[in-house]
Amino acid sequence: MSQVFFEDVAEGLEIPELKKNCSTQQLVLWAAGSGDFYQIHYDKDFAQGTGLPGLIVHGALKHAFLGQLVHDWMGPKGELRKFGCSYRGMDYPNEDIRCRGVVTKKYTENGKNFVELDIWTENPAGKKTSPGTATVALPSKN
Amino acid sequence: MTTTNPSVITDEMRAIVGVEGAPATLEVERTNCRMFARSVGHADPIFYDVDAAKAAGYRDIVASPGFLGTPIFNPNRPPAGPAEMSGRGYSIPYKRVLNGGTEYEYFPENDVICAGDTITVRGKIAGFEETTGSIGPMLITKRETTYTNQDGKVVAKMYGTTIQY
Repeated sequence: MSQVFFEDVAEGLEIPELKKNCSTQQLVLWAAGSGDFYQIHYDKDFAQGTGLPGLIVHGALKHAFLGQLVHDWMGPKGELRKFGCSYRGMDYPNEDIRCRGVVTKKYTENGKNFVELDIWTENPAGKKTSPGTATVALPSKN
Repeated sequence: MTTTNPSVITDEMRAIVGVEGAPATLEVERTNCRMFARSVGHADPIFYDVDAAKAAGYRDIVASPGFLGTPIFNPNRPPAGPAEMSGRGYSIPYKRVLNGGTEYEYFPENDVICAGDTITVRGKIAGFEETTGSIGPMLITKRETTYTNQDGKVVAKMYGTTIQY
């Protein structure tokens, strides 16, 4: 993994996109990994019985995707300070989930270099299904 | 925000705002760290390999973003739901629940969550709000959960939003 430095970053910079596309197998893996066994994520009959069109991707999995997006970008010396999102729309298995981020602010506080980002997941129609923000601390070249 | 609907927030609910619930324990185990990272699709070896994590300066395999440990299962107690969905033990007229959002704050200057850690979780309701959206009147519950490791260091906080309507 390459390292991004505070000096490399400017407001408006878009970070490298992370593309996801969940198989139903991945949703079962996530159920086991996260401990969320709600059946709307792996039992199609159950999901449709609650009025959903079919299986849906766990919100917390999309949140974790955004964590990966930021982790992979910030490099080994970056520090993830904060990341979160709200759940505004459903995503479905076997559909692309584009995880994206844009730098909104950079500042130095108590000798540390902070960068804030808007982060989100986007469905194939271009809707931001999980918009949120992240804060990271980045190393300086100096 | 003003609403034309009668409030569903009771005195009983107001009384629990800011009151910490009973602490719970989470275990951060290597296998669970790997499983969580694998289910997300992480490729960084610090989330899977002890030597890679140590070479990068960590005590053990690192808990990937969003993983704060696994509750200890007890067959004689109902399993707890995700922390951001809890705190709905009071009686209100809404039947449907949505997870509105989740934010984690980490404190790497205190410590980074690694395999082998035991985390004590303390949650509280930070506040209730009522609003009316496209789905009708809703109650928004804001929760705050603090994660403290075995050395007494706060390693994370979770801010969760639950929507009932």
